[in-house]
Amino acid sequence: MKIPRFSRKMLCIPYAVFLIFFVILPMLVILFYAFTDKNMHVSFSNFIRFFSDPTKLSTIVYSLVIALITTVACLIIAYPVAYILARSKLKKKFVIVMLFVLPMWINFVLRVNALREIFNLIAISPAMEWLTSANYFKTIVGMVYDFLPFMILPLYTTMLKIDGSLYEASADLGGSAFTTFTRVTIPLSMPGILSGITMVFLPSMTNYVVSDMLGNAKVTIIGKFIYEYFGTDWHMGSMVALVLLAVVFLSTWLSGGFQSEENVRGANL
Amino acid sequence: MAEHIIELQNVTKYYDDNLVIDNVSFYVNKGEFITFLGPSGCGKTTTLRMIAGFDLPTSGKILLNGKDISLLPPNKRPVNTVFQRYALFPHLNVYENIAFGLKCKRVVNTYENDKGEKYSKKEKLSKAEIEKKVKKALALVDLEGFEKRSISTLSGGQQQRVAIARAIVNEPEILLLDEPLGALDLKMRKEMQLELKAMHKRLGITFIYVTHDQEEALTMSDTIVVMADGVVQQIGTPTGIYNEPANTFVADFIGESNIFNGTVVGDKKVKFCGKTFACLDEFENGEPVDVVVRPEDIRMCPPEAGALVGEVISVVFKGIHYEITVQVGKYELVINSTESRNVGEKIGMTIAPDGIHLMKPKYTTNIFDGVITKRNTVKFADGEFDCDVTQLYPGSHIDEEDYLITASGEKIDLTDVPVKVEVGLNDITISDDAEAGGTVGRIISIIYKGDHYRLIVRTEEEEEDFVFATDDLWNENDIVSVMIPKEKIKLTLKNSEEKK
Repeated sequence: MKIPRFSRKMLCIPYAVFLIFFVILPMLVILFYAFTDKNMHVSFSNFIRFFSDPTKLSTIVYSLVIALITTVACLIIAYPVAYILARSKLKKKFVIVMLFVLPMWINFVLRVNALREIFNLIAISPAMEWLTSANYFKTIVGMVYDFLPFMILPLYTTMLKIDGSLYEASADLGGSAFTTFTRVTIPLSMPGILSGITMVFLPSMTNYVVSDMLGNAKVTIIGKFIYEYFGTDWHMGSMVALVLLAVVFLSTWLSGGFQSEENVRGANL
Repeated sequence: MAEHIIELQNVTKYYDDNLVIDNVSFYVNKGEFITFLGPSGCGKTTTLRMIAGFDLPTSGKILLNGKDISLLPPNKRPVNTVFQRYALFPHLNVYENIAFGLKCKRVVNTYENDKGEKYSKKEKLSKAEIEKKVKKALALVDLEGFEKRSISTLSGGQQQRVAIARAIVNEPEILLLDEPLGALDLKMRKEMQLELKAMHKRLGITFIYVTHDQEEALTMSDTIVVMADGVVQQIGTPTGIYNEPANTFVADFIGESNIFNGTVVGDKKVKFCGKTFACLDEFENGEPVDVVVRPEDIRMCPPEAGALVGEVISVVFKGIHYEITVQVGKYELVINSTESRNVGEKIGMTIAPDGIHLMKPKYTTNIFDGVITKRNTVKFADGEFDCDVTQLYPGSHIDEEDYLITASGEKIDLTDVPVKVEVGLNDITISDDAEAGGTVGRIISIIYKGDHYRLIVRTEEEEEDFVFATDDLWNENDIVSVMIPKEKIKLTLKNSEEKK
């Protein structure tokens, strides 16, 4: 009998097992549930029910809008920070980068809770009373606060790799500071922008812990929806999950996340 | 007289606290090919960057066509740079890279309206104009048909050409080239040297070129500016600098040379290697001088006819000549000749008067500012040395409590007294044992002087230089400790009020 020799290929067996049981099988289960009814007969009723229910559709739109605002806010805040940090000659710049990253290492539920308490404290003042009911505002602030490091880091690492002499070359060729920014800095930091967007946009559509805690349970995003349905109706829950998958796929495709594979490499942490 | 396109007036530049350019002044004529030549860290690139506008001078002025541009940002200067590592935009293709400058450009066009009034508008260049210019630039660097290529698919030489095209397409008044050929292999480099020179002729604009390669500088330039340590050592034509080096640094850096210590012994007569020679330079009788003799200026002859007689100790074939090393007494001479000799052969040598070049020595002694410590040692140049403090007051001595007692019996505490420290060129020795000497430094210069080496050791913190002669061969950049015998340290009080 031939004794099977250990080969390098066998190292991927643990992952293959993981892949089968935790990725492929669950996907099939979701697919199965999404397109069956309570009696386990194949049916499109979930699909039709989802797209004919205005509350469900508006939840998707709300989730998208919240995610979009969060992403844009993160980008606007993170870009200058990353740019300044990457180009500064500070010896201690690692410390400053750590200051932005450190919050990521503190438990996320704890941070959101703390933020809620801060909001409550501010809302005591009569001038700030509007905060109590500004559920969407608070949700977005919380998400920006949570996901900002995920935007800063890919931007920072991409900008760090831009050769400083390119800025000089642009100025040398007559480019003003604005030209240099739009025609050199932005295109060259695009991989970082894209990976930052993917790392902020997708979680902020599904992370319902933030919206639950800061939105007085009045803000429902798509992630919350899925969670709730899986308590009562697995079939509908699976359908919502599939719709989310489609939205994610679509937005990644739109932002060019698939074809620029090569450029994005290394921009992710 | 030619027009000065660029003029530097007393330009000094500090990076943080480091002096990189020390009061440099010179001018560049319009249309000239000028080269800044020097070892790395000599300030040549910084000088170029100040002309481009990437660095601003700490003090002094840079004039362009007589106008002060010292503080003008780079995008407002009519100069373009070819960067050391090209700095091509990786996200743009060849065409877009070259067109970058043209797209930034605004030209003033004059029009006439219906009423016949003239008015001018600042406008972008049209697409067609840009395309015409880019095509022309690509043709100039022999890269026709490369428009759509991505930068990352080009070889080093092609990237080099794109970088040149990107700069000259803007028709700058001055083209700055920062070691542009450094990344190419030898053969490619030689080709590009000639091409650049031809391009300079064709374009007729001023080229300012930076390199550490003396051969490149000699090949290409109309004028060479030799720099070292942030100071201009010599400015001249390639032949002028080669034949009449201003000091031992230039003589040693450009071409090969035999450098000796000599003494002037009469009218146009100099003594070195134990013999007296006629020369062309006039110096005062008895003055110590540095003597430079190029290897090709030494003629070989039969022993009985030679002014110097020596034994051949090595012969190396160098392609077009032989490099022959001859031992004359304790001196070693290098000769370049098309004739060969055998090792061990006795030969005579003559040197024509115009082959002997005399220079005032830059260093005659080492002088430092120091202070006396409470242990009666002297502190200077990052270190502490044993010394004899009694020389400060004639006839004095040290008592058992380490106080100085003068001849008149006065008791003096010398702690923290500032003194001038003088050490002769032959009184310093070095060791690679860091603990052995009074201070530690790095060897920054080694010049062979026929029978000994002249070294310069620079301390890290205060950047004080020790200049001295040694028989031993060391390596540049070695970290060594400096030893000075106690009795060789000459001290004098700095200000006479201290004497009281």
